[in-house]
Amino acid sequence: MVTSHTDAFVESARRVDAVVTPTTADEFAATLEDAVTEPAVGTPLPFEGASYDGTPVDGAPTGAALAEAATGVTAGAAAIADYGSVVLQETGAGEELLGLYPDRHVVVVAASDVVPDMPAAFEELGERFAEGPRDAILATGPSATADMGAVVKGVHGPRDVHVLLLEDR
Amino acid sequence: MSDSRRQKAARIRSLIETEGDAVFENTTTFNDGRYESVQKLDDYEELKSRARAIKEDAIADLPDLVEQVRETVEGNGGTVYLAEDEADAQRYIAEVVADRDADSVVKSKSMTSEEIEINEHLESKGVDVWETDLGEFVLQVADEAPSHIVAPAIHRSRENIAELFNAHFETDAPLETAEDLTEFAREYLAEQIKDADVGMTGANFVTADTGTIALVTSEGNARKSVATTDTHVAVAGVEKIVPSLGDLQPFVELIGRSGTGQDITAYVSLLTPPVGTPVPDFEDDETPLAEVDDDRDYHLVLIDNGRMAMRDDDDLRETLYCIRCSACANSCANFQHVGGHAFGGETYSGGIATGWEAGVHGEDSAAEFNDLCTGCSRCVNQCPVEIDIPWINTVVRDRINRGADPDSFDFLVEGLTPDAEPAGLDVQKRFFGNFETAAKLGSATAPLSNWMMEAGPVRSALERFVGVDGRRDLPTFERETFREWFADRGARVDPADATREVVLYPDVYTNYVSTARGKAAVRALESLDVHVTVPGVGESGRAPLSQGMVSTASEKASRVYGALAEHIDAGRDVVVVEPSDLAMFAREYERLLPEQSHERLAERSYEVMEYLYGLLENGGDPAALANGSEAVAYHSHCQQRTLGLEAHTVAVLERLGHDVVTSDVECCGMAGSFGYKQEYYDLSMDVGDELAAQFTTDGTRDRTVVASGTSCLEQLDSLLQRVPTHPVELVAPR
Repeated sequence: MVTSHTDAFVESARRVDAVVTPTTADEFAATLEDAVTEPAVGTPLPFEGASYDGTPVDGAPTGAALAEAATGVTAGAAAIADYGSVVLQETGAGEELLGLYPDRHVVVVAASDVVPDMPAAFEELGERFAEGPRDAILATGPSATADMGAVVKGVHGPRDVHVLLLEDR
Repeated sequence: MSDSRRQKAARIRSLIETEGDAVFENTTTFNDGRYESVQKLDDYEELKSRARAIKEDAIADLPDLVEQVRETVEGNGGTVYLAEDEADAQRYIAEVVADRDADSVVKSKSMTSEEIEINEHLESKGVDVWETDLGEFVLQVADEAPSHIVAPAIHRSRENIAELFNAHFETDAPLETAEDLTEFAREYLAEQIKDADVGMTGANFVTADTGTIALVTSEGNARKSVATTDTHVAVAGVEKIVPSLGDLQPFVELIGRSGTGQDITAYVSLLTPPVGTPVPDFEDDETPLAEVDDDRDYHLVLIDNGRMAMRDDDDLRETLYCIRCSACANSCANFQHVGGHAFGGETYSGGIATGWEAGVHGEDSAAEFNDLCTGCSRCVNQCPVEIDIPWINTVVRDRINRGADPDSFDFLVEGLTPDAEPAGLDVQKRFFGNFETAAKLGSATAPLSNWMMEAGPVRSALERFVGVDGRRDLPTFERETFREWFADRGARVDPADATREVVLYPDVYTNYVSTARGKAAVRALESLDVHVTVPGVGESGRAPLSQGMVSTASEKASRVYGALAEHIDAGRDVVVVEPSDLAMFAREYERLLPEQSHERLAERSYEVMEYLYGLLENGGDPAALANGSEAVAYHSHCQQRTLGLEAHTVAVLERLGHDVVTSDVECCGMAGSFGYKQEYYDLSMDVGDELAAQFTTDGTRDRTVVASGTSCLEQLDSLLQRVPTHPVELVAPR
């Protein structure tokens, strides 16, 4: 579901050096295939009609597969329009590892999960933390450092972040 | 005495030369970024006030919150240990590491872990400790202490780090670019993270309701250190606890902006350990990660180490609200030029470090750098939790003064010092703190006093015994004081015809040294039909306060208030020429006077150009003032800018036809007595050079230089070929 926040999110996410690709459930497999570099690993996607079927993504990776992966694909629980951030949540499937070790992180977010601002994000997080898993990352663009005398993208975390925005979810 | 001043001067000079450029470039980038980033927030002030209120409440409820955290974390399957002090924390963490049978620990950046010196302790037990934050890793390789609480290696340039790494590591090809260095460190540390059994992090915040820790990072090393190891030790000062997850929102919006000037850092981790992430085995090609059996261990080590005592200390308590963002360091002119290796104690650096060091390590550690805070107050509005950082520096300075050796030798200023301070107070502080007495005497005996002061033997004695740097020009006292001039001349606007009545506060400099600006203020006010009185009021207390002489400042504040109260009751406004004295009335008197007295004086006090602005806005005739079309370069005063009063001067000058450009340095470097002190002269000039550079560009070189503060005027006078003037002298009719 596209809202006024969606456009704002796309704009701010691009500003923080994330690549954002709007897509739909129907086009998802093709969009994902374009977004990943292989080998690619993924954790389960909770969006109806969007899965790894027909894509090169290994949906149940082992530790060894993760070590080899060039791309990790995970679902984003929410996105924050003001900041261009995605909310990554660990469900026990290893989302934290997949969003951290491979050079590229592809995050799949439903447009209906885009919230306008930080107060709304914390309201949402409050509800999530009350019910279920309580580990979340507000991730904004690729990992970065200025510690080596200039800004470098891609430090311990991913160098590239791609957000696939499911406009009909 | 003079030996220790000379040593301090040499140390500062050496740091300016070796680390100053890199520190300046980095801190000013953060500082500019902060101004830009907070401007994007519609509700910046409200966010700061909310953050402040959350911290105030949390510290008030701290014992209960500690218990709540214990219950929540234990309910989550973790352990909480409340460590009394450094040794207790070291012992506990070493036990955890030994129980895990771990021979290596990976760490993310944590100042609290620096405070408890855990690395050295674990290494002494034969455990390898790896700093995985790249800045900390550089320091580990170089065996150095952090120079900044957020960006610990800012004193090193890229070239410098490349040199260090190339000498220390064997690489295929020499490392050169920031990308090379990052890539190398990433690969190198990835191996350490994979091999480690224990991951140690700090915590920017701990929530009592969910047992969540918030980690504000950019590199991803904290995430990796937690996710990859099965034993997590989080070290946090007890003050990091906030009641609920929802309380984090204002902090998450403020911390990155206030620190490095980023709207938000790449990662804000909200982890509720033991985390639900499967522990990865990178060799395992059979078990899907989702099916890995979780077996994680979590220890939250809450550090007291003096914090509970700080909580009971009315002056140090505010320090506990600090979120360690570094805004006070980045916005500090002195810090920008010398960095945390000078402007820091055992662990912490920057403005707020005085509070931390006094609280956790004791006053001796704070005493090493406390004098580098000039009280310019530029950090005050930058602090996301609204801590009055200059006040903490002042109070600690007072405590250090009082702890000084009472037998030390101060015959030289005996008799010049009618203050309320203990014997043994540093002679230099006592001299500058009692400037009013010297000024009175100097004026009464001028011009003889001026010739005397400039005479070789007197200057060398002043330098040798008092620490007044011989390279500075001393103020020249006027024989006729501003008040005497006004008493002779009398008011020229009759109260019956006046639009307003004003008492013009004769601050010490205006009264004894720069009487011209006082006279100009009278002419300017009278030209707009204001009845002016110049009352017999003494020094505001600014001079002693800046030396940490709080009792003396308090006495002066009471006397000033006593002398002005009747005027205020008679409906007169108080107009002040010297911004640092206005700042006393507006800010510091809150600490020195009863609340009502402070409010009454603060509400009715105005900076002279602010007052002229108000008169013009309310129908005053600009033609009555001196109009002109000069090209002006204006340097406002640090404390004036903190009060939000720079714009009024600019507006008046522009309204009268002048073309104005302004400086944007945080401080001129002189900062009252600071630049006169022998040990700080070089730093003062280094800071001043930045201002001089801004006023000697193609666009500013030929402009008339105007400044509001006495010490700024003196600094500009020594930095530039042009003689600067106070703005009121430009606008007053002749």
